[in-house]
Amino acid sequence: MNYGTWKKESQRTFWARALLELGRERKDIVVLSADLSTSVKTSVFAKEFPERHFNVGIAEQNMMSIAAGLAASGKTVFASTFAAFGTGRVYDQIRQSIAYPELNVKIVTTHAGITVGGDGATHQIVEDIALMRALPNMTVVVPADAPETYLAIKAVADYVGPVYLRMGRADVPTIASVQDDFELGKATVLRDGDDVTLIGTGVMVSRCLVAADELTKEGIDARVLNMSTIKPLDRDALIKAARETGAVVTAEEHSVTVGMGAAVAMDLAENAHVPMKRVGIPDVFGESGDSDELMEKYGLTAENIIEATHDVMRRKGGAL
Amino acid sequence: MPKHSQELIARLEDEALKIRRHLIRMIYQAGSGHPGGSLSATDVIAALYFHVLNVDPKNPSWEDRDRFVLSKGHACPAWYAALAERGFFPIEELDTLRKIGSRLQGHPDMRKTPGVEASTGSEGQGLSVGIGIALAAMLDRRSHRVYVMVGDGENDCGQTWEAAMAASFYKLDNLCAIVDRNLMQLDGPTKHIMSLEPLADKWKAFGWKVLEIDGHNFKEILKAFDKAESVKGKPTVIIARTLKGKGVSFMEGAVGFHGKAPNEEEYEQAMIELGGEP
Ligand SMILES: Cc1ncc(C[n+]2csc(CCOP(=O)(O)OP(=O)(O)O)c2C)c(N)n1
Ligand SMILES: [Mg+2]
Repeated sequence: MNYGTWKKESQRTFWARALLELGRERKDIVVLSADLSTSVKTSVFAKEFPERHFNVGIAEQNMMSIAAGLAASGKTVFASTFAAFGTGRVYDQIRQSIAYPELNVKIVTTHAGITVGGDGATHQIVEDIALMRALPNMTVVVPADAPETYLAIKAVADYVGPVYLRMGRADVPTIASVQDDFELGKATVLRDGDDVTLIGTGVMVSRCLVAADELTKEGIDARVLNMSTIKPLDRDALIKAARETGAVVTAEEHSVTVGMGAAVAMDLAENAHVPMKRVGIPDVFGESGDSDELMEKYGLTAENIIEATHDVMRRKGGAL
Repeated sequence: MPKHSQELIARLEDEALKIRRHLIRMIYQAGSGHPGGSLSATDVIAALYFHVLNVDPKNPSWEDRDRFVLSKGHACPAWYAALAERGFFPIEELDTLRKIGSRLQGHPDMRKTPGVEASTGSEGQGLSVGIGIALAAMLDRRSHRVYVMVGDGENDCGQTWEAAMAASFYKLDNLCAIVDRNLMQLDGPTKHIMSLEPLADKWKAFGWKVLEIDGHNFKEILKAFDKAESVKGKPTVIIARTLKGKGVSFMEGAVGFHGKAPNEEEYEQAMIELGGEP
């Protein structure tokens, strides 16, 4: 499938830019790193505002509870590290120090999912969405591309309360249609269609769009939803799309058992009975490899979305 | 006659050089990896695998073998190279590092690689795993020893100190930790990111026998391992002063080569410096 012609940009660069601008606009912004400031690009903020950046060393638990203390004293805190170390390693600190007291801490992570590549399973967390989705009071955001990352960072800074925002390591295709608007908690329709709804999150949104183009050639008219806020899930958009198109496919770079697709499945089971299929990483740990090779091996390509679409169309009783 | 002969030292130096050449080639071919911390750890790892450890490459799960855990898992290219040179798996396999389907993962995987005793990569956990292995040896009345290498940056992690407290509380004299004190972590020098000093005093206060050595001097390394074995009633930590990137001039002390592969030109230069064929 061809997204080779799309421009690819770094989410990390756009996040760093948004954070720097926030730092200039607002004195209440404080940033925390855990010996990964050069990788997660909080170093950009640190360079201009060294007094408002604390690098706590390799001590993520400490970082999360320090973030809580700063937030309890009126600061808007961005705590940033790799997704594996910013969720799983510190789950209880987030739960107890941040989510329970509903403090204004934004946990912004990079290097989520298998596109991490060579570092392998230890670093390729595929359960972070599940962990953060499970927490009361937590908002979970997974931007689809670099420009949306920029907008989402600005939006979560304006929102008061705990947020988890997830990015990958690799550059991602820029989707022209998501560039202008971002509203926390709202899914956006990137492409209209009546036969099936493809719901993507993160890097899989671009794959959904490519799949939709291919499906047109078969006479299947797919709607594409960008579900960039996973919690709270945009139930209205979801139910509307399910009722209007009668079939749903979800796609995410995350464990398929516990991620966005699982959240969608639960809602559909209760509110709109339509055939659905989840595309994502099966219930296994990742491994080292080239990120594109891994995306193929673990079933995260546009072809996988097309196959899943054929399956739901068959069950819907459509053309196939 | 000194206990450690000149021949032994020369052989270890030779093995270390081979390991350094392997790991540079492996990381270059993989296009990613951590040369700095692999090079600083190489001499201690060479001493362990070519003199200290009682292991059997033909029988990697022999119950009475000594165990080595690399808590700073990102330095595994040095470990893999030592294991291959020691005969745990074919040397050719080293070139599959980080490639899809390889037994040599970017961070150690005990289920995939013969000789790898613990899965690590998230910093700060290996010493605790080592305590578990040492406790099991105690329960089973076995006399093998357990060695754990931690990065100095790993001394930032709370869990390192939870483990330090537990190991001396359990009087684990079958456990020996090595701190690869290369004075650097990912973002820069440890003294700028999270100062550790007085590090020896901290370990002493946690109930450990502390030895401080030059981690690139085989005489001192071997002496320290002998000493550690003779200490009774408490665990020993060897604080090995090392140089991050040791052996490749432009990687020595360079923050930039913590987690970056050399490019073609750098690779060729590094191989020349290590006396190998590019
Ligand atoms: C829990 C955790 N946080 C962050 C990282 C990312 N990371 C990999 S290596 C490293 C620095 C390690 O420093 P040190 O332990 O001194 O290793 P060395 O200098 O020997 O490479 C960091 C922060 C990690 N692997 N695990
Ligand atoms: Mg170090």
